[in-house]
Amino acid sequence: MPLKAVILIGGPQKGTRFRPLSFEVPKPLFPVAGVPMVQHHIEACAKVPGMKEILLMGFYQPHEALSRFLVSAQQEFKIPIRYLQEYAALGTGGGIYHFRDQILSGGAEAFFVLNADVCSEFPLQEMLAFRQQHGDAHSFVILGTTANRTQALNYGCIVANADTQEVQHYVEKPSTFVSEIINCGIYLFTPAIFQHIGEVFQRNQQELVLSAIYASRLYLNQYSKSHPERLAQNKPGGPVIRGNVYIHPTASIDSTAVLGPNVSIGEGVTVGAGVRVRESIVLHGASLHDHTCVLNTIVGWDSTIGRWARVEGTPSDPNPNDPYAKIDSETLFRDGRLTPSITILGMSHLHPAPHSGASLRLTPHALSAGCSVTIPAEVVILNSIVLPHKELSRSYKNQIIL
Amino acid sequence: MKALILVGGFGTRLRPLTLSRPKPLVEFCNKAVLLHQLEALRQAGVTHVVLAVSYMSEALGAAMREQEQRLGIRISLSHEKEPLGTAGPLALARDLLAEGGEPFFVLNSDVICEFPFAVLAQFHRHHSGEGSLVVTRVEEPAKYGVVVSEPDTGRICRFVEKPRVFVSNKINAGLYIFSPGILQRIQLRPTSIEKEIFPAMAQEGQLYAMELQGFWMDIGQPKDFLTGMCMYLQALRAQHPEKLHSGPGVVGNVLVDPSAKIGANCVIGPNVTIGAGVVVEDGVRIKRCTVLEGARIRSHSWLESCIIGWSCSVGQWVRMENVTVLGEDVIVNDELYLNGANVLPHKSISESVPEPRIIM
Repeated sequence: MPLKAVILIGGPQKGTRFRPLSFEVPKPLFPVAGVPMVQHHIEACAKVPGMKEILLMGFYQPHEALSRFLVSAQQEFKIPIRYLQEYAALGTGGGIYHFRDQILSGGAEAFFVLNADVCSEFPLQEMLAFRQQHGDAHSFVILGTTANRTQALNYGCIVANADTQEVQHYVEKPSTFVSEIINCGIYLFTPAIFQHIGEVFQRNQQELVLSAIYASRLYLNQYSKSHPERLAQNKPGGPVIRGNVYIHPTASIDSTAVLGPNVSIGEGVTVGAGVRVRESIVLHGASLHDHTCVLNTIVGWDSTIGRWARVEGTPSDPNPNDPYAKIDSETLFRDGRLTPSITILGMSHLHPAPHSGASLRLTPHALSAGCSVTIPAEVVILNSIVLPHKELSRSYKNQIIL
Repeated sequence: MKALILVGGFGTRLRPLTLSRPKPLVEFCNKAVLLHQLEALRQAGVTHVVLAVSYMSEALGAAMREQEQRLGIRISLSHEKEPLGTAGPLALARDLLAEGGEPFFVLNSDVICEFPFAVLAQFHRHHSGEGSLVVTRVEEPAKYGVVVSEPDTGRICRFVEKPRVFVSNKINAGLYIFSPGILQRIQLRPTSIEKEIFPAMAQEGQLYAMELQGFWMDIGQPKDFLTGMCMYLQALRAQHPEKLHSGPGVVGNVLVDPSAKIGANCVIGPNVTIGAGVVVEDGVRIKRCTVLEGARIRSHSWLESCIIGWSCSVGQWVRMENVTVLGEDVIVNDELYLNGANVLPHKSISESVPEPRIIM
């Protein structure tokens, strides 16, 4: 059966909660577990038999990085991928409706819609099978997951018939409890949806996964089952690897470093002697000098962390004792204190490099001025956000540094 | 000659260290505080030292007996059943102090300086007053007892305890020498020498001040303990530089016990004291710290302005700063951050302490 997939990537006004990282790169291209965020979606869609084309839909201006990414992704996954630019933010329904001809072209009988913000295992084939079992040719499928009662209020809530699984009731962000089953932002539609657009849900403003580090952990965990070759292994003469760690082949890691769990090391990164990195993403070109300790942090492109410095954020995990807890809505300040995980930023522009291999290289633009964030030796940077091109001279805690 | 050291009670300001040892036995720059004082007294000709304690411990008794042997001086104990303040203990030890009729030294057990006992004795002999006290200049005199004295004779005119307006920046350094006549002035009850005895003596022209040369510190609380350590090490650099440590990775004044081991790629100093049997693993950075006997600092950790108690174990990639004090036998897990933590003995720390607090 001919299928299509639409991935909603949003646009510059969205993703303000992903600042300051989203100053630098469109959020869908932000590397998570070693590859651009939306590549995980593309890979999942490309695997589904019968998938004819993948459409990225959003309202970003034409962007070199995005175009290059599309070219390289098409080559890698051997499937046509196009970017459909909405002339304005049309909302989930509006965008799909606007491009309905594109979606249906080539005789697609059904199509998936995925939200680029969502990090998931993408059970797309299971959704197809589910539709065969429970519905008919005109049914739509919505993927739900269980959240805890309090957090469910932040999402779209689904009430489904226990036997038939038919959705009976849906409320977006109710003020009182409706259901623990929440909308994942992954759907399977048929052409009949276009008739219903007017009645259907608004664009889901809520991001299911607000922490790139948490998303990274989920994907790295997936790799251990689906792509174990992507994960680093303990080798004689190599660094100590604990848990799931991704290391770009061009990164240079001292053998006395200890990495993981949940660490992504980007292209050209250097990690010095006796460095400890845990629950963090280190973007390309960054340099971690000897004896540094990096925890729950995103280290931006081309940043430098001096010797013995400690850079630490707060773990953004859902409550581990609650199997259905999701990441909390990210409020930047809680009780007057800054509570994000640290972000240290790097260069301000990207220019894509020639594609090579499975990963997209995002390298600094030749015209960027100055250098990226520098953390001096022996300081502590705790729960702080540092904007690009900043050279710090002392310790900071719980601050946004402009 | 004789001396009375006012040891006092529980040393609560230097907790958690004083929960494991009596304060005089806490090592300052790798030597018990009491020993610094006893050695200086003996060098000035003192043959009999009286320790005035209001809390006696086995440990102190054992240490006394050991030092008696080693230094060849007599050490007596004057045990206050109730705290007698800073003058009362003199009355309690009256018989011991008066015996022989010579002037005797009195000192506060928290004081560390370049002890000028011989010079002080000479100064005392040259005037007719009943008492001489050592003064030192400080930047913030309002915390102490301030002394106003005649510049040429040193005779003290006024004695003002913790003045609210600026009077003078010379303060009472807690080192005295008295003629036995002073014992007539003091009764066996809680008495403050600074508030009750000295003002009267000053008015009668019986009290003289001698200015201290060199550093001075009251090391009764952790941050002052560390400041005093820096001063002491600086004086050591000037007088006995061979006692300080040198080598690759050593910065500034560092004192290391010969039995301690320091790993590769460390940077130690300035102002660090490493005690007996301490192990510092590879890649450690230590600044302005005292590490007491038997502690282990594991690799890649970073310590500044800390006191690490006896037998502690500090994990890998730990950062500790801002007068963090670990009591005896504390374990700090890997990768934690301690900022101004005050940790009681035998605790295991498994979570960071990002803001100063006490961990029981």
